[in-house]
Amino acid sequence: MEALFSLVVGVLTASGIYLLLRGRTFPVIVGLALLGYAVNLFLFSTGGLNTHAAAVIGDSITPTDPLPQALVLTAIVIGFAMTAFVVILAIRARGDLGSDHVDGQQGEDGDAPR
Amino acid sequence: MNQHLISLPILLPMFSALVLLLSGKASDRTHRRLSIAFTTLLVIVTLLLLQQAASGELTFYALGNWQAPFGIVLMLDRLSALMLGLTAVLALGCVIFASAGDDVRGSNFHGLFQLQLMGLNGAFLTGDIFNLFVFFEITLLASYALLMHGGGKERVGAGLHYVILNVAGSALFLIALGVLYGATGTLNMADMGRRVATMSGDQAALVTAGALLLIVVFSLKAALLPLYFWLPRTYSSAPAPVAALFAIMTKLGLYAILRVHSLIFADSDAESAIQGWLWWSGLATILLAAIGVLAARDLRPLVAYLVLISVGTLLAAASLGTTAATTALLYYLPHTTLICGVLFLIAELIGQQRGKAGTRLVRARRLHQRYLLGGLFLAAAVGVVGLPPLAGSLAKLLLMQAAEGSARLWLWPLLLLAGLSALIAMSRAGSVFFWASYKGEVASGKVTRPQLVGVIWLLASAPLLVVFAGPISHYAQATAEQLAMPQVVIQQLLSDEPTRDLVQSRQPLHDETQGDTL
Repeated sequence: MEALFSLVVGVLTASGIYLLLRGRTFPVIVGLALLGYAVNLFLFSTGGLNTHAAAVIGDSITPTDPLPQALVLTAIVIGFAMTAFVVILAIRARGDLGSDHVDGQQGEDGDAPR
Repeated sequence: MNQHLISLPILLPMFSALVLLLSGKASDRTHRRLSIAFTTLLVIVTLLLLQQAASGELTFYALGNWQAPFGIVLMLDRLSALMLGLTAVLALGCVIFASAGDDVRGSNFHGLFQLQLMGLNGAFLTGDIFNLFVFFEITLLASYALLMHGGGKERVGAGLHYVILNVAGSALFLIALGVLYGATGTLNMADMGRRVATMSGDQAALVTAGALLLIVVFSLKAALLPLYFWLPRTYSSAPAPVAALFAIMTKLGLYAILRVHSLIFADSDAESAIQGWLWWSGLATILLAAIGVLAARDLRPLVAYLVLISVGTLLAAASLGTTAATTALLYYLPHTTLICGVLFLIAELIGQQRGKAGTRLVRARRLHQRYLLGGLFLAAAVGVVGLPPLAGSLAKLLLMQAAEGSARLWLWPLLLLAGLSALIAMSRAGSVFFWASYKGEVASGKVTRPQLVGVIWLLASAPLLVVFAGPISHYAQATAEQLAMPQVVIQQLLSDEPTRDLVQSRQPLHDETQGDTL
């Protein structure tokens, strides 16, 4: 499971970074979202990967670390708020700058006329 | 009351933000009065805390009474008290300045401003590294909104870059935290420091990786060399009072670096790597920022590059690691923050009297109040360049004395060169603004009283820092000594009496809060 898990995190991170370096705001936002997922999964794994283990000490014989789950929850909430904000901002920039390019310049295959 | 005082720098701005955001219908006048009153209160609270911390006493406050290292603690030492005081003083100047009319260009300026203060204060106070992340995010979210205050193409474009960079930075921050938590099994900074000191082998390598990732994130916030390119555009397009407050945002990165460096990684393998990275990128930042200062064709980017010079100087000093260097850094910190802040405000005042030319360095109409503005500009320029009568020169002198051996060879020329190019750039800007003007009618846009009060409030710090140079440098030195002894923090927080005292005296509260948490 560890190998699969790390592979998933790695692929998500790599795709996220690739998309983050694109020139349009939409891929950039998708990249940020993917990076966020990768980070959340990674955080989740920092307490060790256990199966059939509850995060509550006392009820199960081999409890798993509950703290990463709390951290992930916080990270998800913050990441969600940030993504929502970036989306709105990108739409606003599209409207104000007349272009979907992150530099606000006319893209190679033509954006809306200014 | 006294033991809860430490939570007030977080609770007070949160409360005032709620009041200001919920009273949306009230008049602008009421908002301004409330905002100024709350910020003044914050200044008083932080000064009380400063006085409390000045004795060298460490104060801990277990939130919800969950004891460290399991719960989140707030921690007040000399460094956090200094940063809190600095933030509050700067914020008061900005709020007063904004009350002249900048606040009504968009909605909810004052509420967002208080939220940003809450985030900043929380980040300065927290003793838990994940909590530091949360407060960073609060600060950033408020800063996104403040940056976009009033709208406009320029701001939206700069804002997009700023937001995307910082969201990516937050992802990196979380990865670093994950690595560190995985390696040490704790999030409390003091506890983490204790465990890191005894590590070896694979675990130590993991910690080094996590530490360097953290430093990258904080360098992004502090705007260190490869990661500073967002700063000039962002700062120069932000509304003046916001840009002035942002002068403390780079110092937040510096604070975080100082904190984790001294408390967590002081005895680890990561230390030398961190120091090398900070030293060389700090120096390179000074160099490039000095070129940027000369190349700027507008006063706002010029000031933004001056901020970068100060960031480079501070971080190079931080990497030296000696008590003397940290003392110089801490003496320089309030001066440079307040002066850079006030320069953004003065740039706004100059821009509003030059009609279409704004703050660009071109010939334009004569300024309406050129003696007043010229005086303010001169004072701020002398301060920021670091010429003798004001505190900048003393700070640079302290810093140059603190550099030893081969460090001297690099730091001295770069620091002096940066000072020279700042001097040239500021003199050129001043000559263009105040002498190279057309004859004829003058533009309107008189300096209003709140603007003047805000500027003078901040500018007054420069002579005060010289007059009280003795006590302030003593405080800075005591802070540096306290930072050099993280063991004291670890011992007091994790295995000593003070925390237990707190439990007993707050027993009634204990049951309540526990009920809430569960």
